Amino acid sequence: MNIEERNAKYNAYVEAKMPKTKPWPSLFRSFWVGGVICCLGELIKDLCLYFFPYMTTADAYTWALISLIVLASFFTGIGVFDKIGAYAGAGTIVPITGFSNSIASPALEFKREGLVFGLMSKMFVIAGPVIVTGVVASIIVGIIYLFI
Amino acid sequence: MFDPIMYLKVFAVGGLVCMIGQILIITTKMTSARILVTFLLIGVALEAFKLFEPIRDFAGAGITVPIVGFGASLAHGAISAGEASGLLGVLTGGLTATAGGIAVAIFAGYVFGLIFSSKTKK
Repeated sequence: MNIEERNAKYNAYVEAKMPKTKPWPSLFRSFWVGGVICCLGELIKDLCLYFFPYMTTADAYTWALISLIVLASFFTGIGVFDKIGAYAGAGTIVPITGFSNSIASPALEFKREGLVFGLMSKMFVIAGPVIVTGVVASIIVGIIYLFI
Repeated sequence: MFDPIMYLKVFAVGGLVCMIGQILIITTKMTSARILVTFLLIGVALEAFKLFEPIRDFAGAGITVPIVGFGASLAHGAISAGEASGLLGVLTGGLTATAGGIAVAIFAGYVFGLIFSSKTKK
């Protein structure tokens, strides 16, 4: 059996074993959960502006993000986030909650490998690439804007 | 403030952004890390082409809560600090604008990582 044939067979096997997500219900679920998370952010922003009238709108949005990040980390810690994530798919990954979960989840998972090389370094397994991409892209955009 | 129409727009746009993510997951089998990176880059691009602000004025948290908003504020920080103080601003602006979110995510991840233990998956 040559390699290509074997790869094709293996891919077919993986395809057969992979859990099937039905496309339409999962689209609907990601839509409404994602929408609700964004509304929660808007609500926190409005509450900030309501209780602290001198706060700027930009600061209120930052507080909303910070609150969602802390909530998502907490829910990851108590094991609820995984269950919501399994239901909602991208509905919890795409909002900032997904970024927060991507830090908290490996932190929990790899704690047993030690504090420094487990928890602290594995925290950035997913968040690292995200931050690297963001910093590199923003510097490139910033430099382009310097010249135009 | 507390405008129901605004919440409807936030829900619709935020939901739509997440649904696009779900479509990407289904059609390309992307992992969540790739999804995050892709949407971050979309955010940087939206800000670079000055499209982010009109969407934010329309949909508020519907576009700032998705990771798209994180990318946009990175790019916005680099661009506006660059206009104020040149190359040094470009280098410091992006992370300065997003420092709150990154710091809190690290802090909360560390603290909750210490407090809780992962449950073994069945």
